[in-house]
Amino acid sequence: MNVYSKRKFVIIAVFVVIGLIFIVSLFRLQVLDSAYKQYATNNVLREEVQFAARGLIYDRKGKLLVYNKTAYDLKITPQDVGQFDTLLFCSLLEISKEDLEVGIQKAKKYSWYKPSTLVKQISPESFAVLKEQLYKFEGFHTQSRTLREYSSSAAAHALGYVGEVGSRDIERDNYYKSGDYIGISGIEKTYEKQLRGVKGTKKNLVDVHNRVQGSYRNGQEDIPAQVGKNITSTLDLDLQLYAEQLFQNKRGSVVAIEPLTGEVLAMVSAPAYNPTLLVGRVRGNNYSKLVSDSLMPLFNRSLQAKYPPGSTFKVINTLIGLQEQSINLNTRFACFGKGTTPIRCTHDHGSPVGVVEAIRESCNPFLWNTFRSILYKYESSAEGFNAWRSYVESFGIGKNLSSDFPNGLKGDLPSESDYNKIYGEGHWNALTVRSLAIGQGELGVTPLQMANYAAIIANRGFYYEPHIIKEVKNDTISSSFETKNIVPINKVHFEPIIEGMLQSVALNLAVLVKIPEIEMCGKTGTVENNQGSDHSVFMAFAPKENPKIALFVYVENGVWGSRYAAPMASLMVEKYLTGSIATKRKWIEKRMLDANLLNPNQPK
Amino acid sequence: MAKRNNIWANIDWVLILIFLLLVFMGWLNIYAAVYNEEFQSIFDTSQRYGKQLIWIGAALVIGFIILLTDTNFFVFFSYIFYGFLILLLFLVLFFGREINGAKSWFIIGGFGFQPSEFMKFATGLVLARYMSTFGFKIHKIKSLAVISAIIFAPIVLILLQNDTGSALVYFSFVLVLYREGLSGIVLFFGFLIAVLFVLALIVSNLTLGLILLAAVLLVYLIFSTKQHRVTRVFLIYAISLGLFFILNFILNDKFEVSVVIAASSILGSLVVMYLSISKRLVNYGLISLIFLGSVLFTFSVDYAFDNLLEPHHQVRINELLRIESNPQGAGYHVNQSKIAIGSGGVLGKGYLNGTQTKFDFVPEQSTDFIFCTVGEEWGFAGTTTVIILFLFLLTRLVWLAERQRSGFSRIYGYSVAVILFFHFMVNIGMTIGLMPVIGIPLPFFSYGGSSLWSFTILLFIFIRLDASRLEQF
Repeated sequence: MNVYSKRKFVIIAVFVVIGLIFIVSLFRLQVLDSAYKQYATNNVLREEVQFAARGLIYDRKGKLLVYNKTAYDLKITPQDVGQFDTLLFCSLLEISKEDLEVGIQKAKKYSWYKPSTLVKQISPESFAVLKEQLYKFEGFHTQSRTLREYSSSAAAHALGYVGEVGSRDIERDNYYKSGDYIGISGIEKTYEKQLRGVKGTKKNLVDVHNRVQGSYRNGQEDIPAQVGKNITSTLDLDLQLYAEQLFQNKRGSVVAIEPLTGEVLAMVSAPAYNPTLLVGRVRGNNYSKLVSDSLMPLFNRSLQAKYPPGSTFKVINTLIGLQEQSINLNTRFACFGKGTTPIRCTHDHGSPVGVVEAIRESCNPFLWNTFRSILYKYESSAEGFNAWRSYVESFGIGKNLSSDFPNGLKGDLPSESDYNKIYGEGHWNALTVRSLAIGQGELGVTPLQMANYAAIIANRGFYYEPHIIKEVKNDTISSSFETKNIVPINKVHFEPIIEGMLQSVALNLAVLVKIPEIEMCGKTGTVENNQGSDHSVFMAFAPKENPKIALFVYVENGVWGSRYAAPMASLMVEKYLTGSIATKRKWIEKRMLDANLLNPNQPK
Repeated sequence: MAKRNNIWANIDWVLILIFLLLVFMGWLNIYAAVYNEEFQSIFDTSQRYGKQLIWIGAALVIGFIILLTDTNFFVFFSYIFYGFLILLLFLVLFFGREINGAKSWFIIGGFGFQPSEFMKFATGLVLARYMSTFGFKIHKIKSLAVISAIIFAPIVLILLQNDTGSALVYFSFVLVLYREGLSGIVLFFGFLIAVLFVLALIVSNLTLGLILLAAVLLVYLIFSTKQHRVTRVFLIYAISLGLFFILNFILNDKFEVSVVIAASSILGSLVVMYLSISKRLVNYGLISLIFLGSVLFTFSVDYAFDNLLEPHHQVRINELLRIESNPQGAGYHVNQSKIAIGSGGVLGKGYLNGTQTKFDFVPEQSTDFIFCTVGEEWGFAGTTTVIILFLFLLTRLVWLAERQRSGFSRIYGYSVAVILFFHFMVNIGMTIGLMPVIGIPLPFFSYGGSSLWSFTILLFIFIRLDASRLEQF
C-alpha cells in the first residue's frame, strides 16, 4: 500500500491550497476592501426623519394668522404585515378596500423592508380612535406631521398654501425628499426656507426586519429637528378682514400700503377662498374644484391682474407735465365737454381748467393737451415718448415690484419698439397713442403697482419696495425693503396735484367718500370695458399730511370709480385710521356690503 | 492496567488540544451570535450558548468513553453501526421532522437528532474495514462496486431527505480512495466535470463549444509528433463542420449555431476515434473521447440544470456564479455574510460588539454562518487563526494516518480528514461567497448537538485508534 503514500502530499497540498485561497480572499474582504464597512453601517443604522414644525405667521400687530395642527401619517412595512381585519382597518381609516390594496401593492413595490406611507394626514380625532386599535395591525405604525391651520379665512392669497413637494422641487433642492411639504404660493413659498425649519434625523439601530433595537450611541448623533422661524407679516388682520368683507360678491382687488415703509397692510383678491380648503387630505379635491371655478378664486388679482389704470393715471401725466415744464401752474386748457377733440370730456365742469381743477374734475382734454405737449417738447414723438416712459417706469410701472410675492407680474408699459411694430417707425405721434394720456390703451398695471403709485404720491416722490414681511424671527429681511427709491419729479409739483385729489374727495365725492375729520386725497377712475359694465377704480391716501395709508381699489364691473371703489376705499381708510366706521356713514358700509356685482351684465 | 496506561501515554494530545480549542472558540462565538442583553448569563440554558455548553459537556463524555473503548469494538461493530444508521436514514424519511426544507431530523423529547450527521463516521469505519481486508484491490470491478455502494447508499437516502449539503459531503471520500490507489484520472475527470459544469452555466454553449474545439486541436498540435496525423484530424473536424453547416443551410437554418458545432464535433470525434482504434493510436482516440464527452456534458448541464435541480438550488448556483444578482433575494445571505465578515477589518470590532450578527442581519448565524461572527468580531486575525487551526488539524490528521501500521486506522484517519476538510471548505467558502450556499456546519464551531457529537465521535475514534497504533490487529 505504501506505494501510494506519496499521495499524502497531494492531499495535504489540496488542503493547504484551499486554506490559502480562503486567507487571500479574507484578506481582500476584510483588509483591502473598505466598501463592506460602509455597507455594514447602512445595514444597521436606519435614519428616521424628524419633521420640523413650520414657523408661525403673525400679523403686524402680533395676531396669529397661521399656526400648526398635528396630523398623522400611517406607515406600512410590508415585511412585518401579518393577517389583519381589513374591514375594521378600512372603516377606522375611512378608506375603501380597493384603496388599501392599491396602497399595499405600492408600498411593496417601493420596498419590502422600509416603511412607506399608506394613509396621509389622519386627523387627530380619527387618530385617537385608530391608536386604540393599532396593536391589532402588525407592520403598521404612525408618524406625526404638522399641517397648517388658519385663525381666520383672511388673506388666503397673501399667505399661500403648503403641499407635498413635486419631483422638480426635489431635483432643485436636495433638502427635500418625497413626501415632504413645501410652500406652494404666497408667503409660504417666498419664505419657505425660513418657515420650513430644518428636518432632523434620529439614528436607530435596526435588525434585519427593520425592528428598532434602540438608539445609536444613545442618541449622541441624533440631530433634532429645528422648528421653522416665526414670521411677522406686515398685514393688518382687521383691515384685511374688513376689506375682504367689503368685497363679498364682487370681483376685484385692493392693495393698501403704509407709504413711509412700503409695508403692505392689506392685499385682497376677490373672490378669495378659504385657506383651510387647501390643507390635509381634502386638498387635492378642493384644489381641482377651485381651479375649475369660473370666478377664478385661485387667481391673485392683486399681483397678476393687468388692469388699465384709467383716470388714476392722470395724476402721473400731470406730474410729468409739470416736471418737464410742458405745463405750469398757470397753464389753462379749454374743455368743451363732450364735444372736445380728440378726447372728449365725460365730466361737467367749467372751462378753461388748470392743474388743480383738471385733477379734481378728471378732465380728459387737459390731460390730452398736457400729454401732447410733453411729447412735442422733443424733436420726435419717439424721443418725447421715451422721456415720458422713463418717468412712468420710475414709478414702478412696467417693473416687477413684487419683491417678496411669488408670481408677480411686471405689467404692460408699451415701448417705442412696440409702437414701431404696430404703426411703423416714424408713423406714430402723440395723437396716435393719445389713450395713454387718460390711462387707457396698451397699459396694464397690477393693483400692487397702483398702490405703490399711490404711496409715491402720498410720500411726495419716493417709495420703498412694497413687501409683506415685517420681521423674520432671528433672521434679517431683504435690505431692498429699506432702500429709498426716489422718482425724478420735484417735490413741489406734488402739492397742486394732491390739492386736486383732496378737493376731488372733499367736494365732488363728499357724500359717499369724505371721511369726517380725515383729509383723504383720492383720484377716481372708470375703466372702459367692452364685455360688460365698466370697472370702478380708486386711488387714495390719507391723511393728507403724514399719510398713514395709501391704497388702490379696483372693483370689476363697478361702473364708476365713485360708485363702489371710492366709497369702499374710504371705509377701509376710516376703519384703519379710526378703528371703526362713524355712525352716520354706516349706511354707506351697508350699501357696499350688500352690493352684488358678480353678474357682469348688470344694468349700468 | 499496563495496557490502559499505555493508551493514555500514546494519545495524541495535540489533536485533543486543537479539538478543545475549536469547541471553546465555537462556543464563545455562538454566545456572541445570539447575544442578547436580556439573557446575559453565558450559562443560561434557555439560550443556544447555554445548550451548546450542555452539548459540549456531553461531547466530552462521549469522547472519554470512546477513549476507554477497545479498538476492536470499532472494527467489529463497523458494519452494525453502518446498517443501523442506514436504517435510521430510511426511517427518518417516514418519521422525521422537516426543518428548513430538509426532512432529516428525529425529534425525541424536544431534542433533535440528525442521523445523517452520524452516518459519516459509520461510513468511514465501513470503508476502512472493507478496504483493509486482505487481498483488497481497488481496481477490481467488484471492489469498486462495493465501495460505490457503501458511499452511495447514504448519499441517495440523504438526497431523498432533501438535504443536498449533507449528501455532498460523502463525495469527499474520493480523496480517501485516491490515497488508497484509485487512479488520478478519476480525480481529474471529477475536476473536469466540475469546471465544465460551471463554464456551461456561465458561458453560452456556442462559446464553450468553440473553446473546447480549439482546446482539443491545440492538444493534438502540442502532443503529436506526426504532423500529417494532426492535419488529418484537423481536416476531419473541418469537413464535419462544413457538412453540418451546409445541411443546416439546406434546412433553412433550423438549428442554432451551437447545435451545429456540437453535432459536427460529435461526428468528427467519432470518425477520429474509429480511425485511431483501427490504426491502434489509442491516445488520439482518448483525446477525442474526452472532447466528445465534454460536448455532451456541456449540453446536458443546461438540461439538467433546468429540469433536474430544485429551484432554490438553481438560484443558489446562479447566485454563486453571479448570473443573477439580487441583494435582497437569494444572494441576500451571502451578501449579509460578506458584509459582516468584511466589516470586521484587521482586528475585528471586538467581542460582542458585532452589529451585523447582533441584529440578525446574517441568517443562521449560530449554525451555518457562525464564521461571520468570527469575521466580524475578531477580524482578519480571527479568521486566519481559525483557518490555520483547521489546516493544522487536517495536516496533523493526514500525518497521523500515515504513521498507522494498520490499513484500517489509516483509511479511517483519512476519512476523518477529508470529511472535516469538506465541511471546512464548503462552510467557509460559502460565507465568503466562494461556494454556493449549501447548509453544512463548520465542524466543532457551529451550534447543534448532532453535529458536535458526530464530529466528536468521528475524531475521537481516530484518536483512540491512533493511541493503539503500536498494537497489531
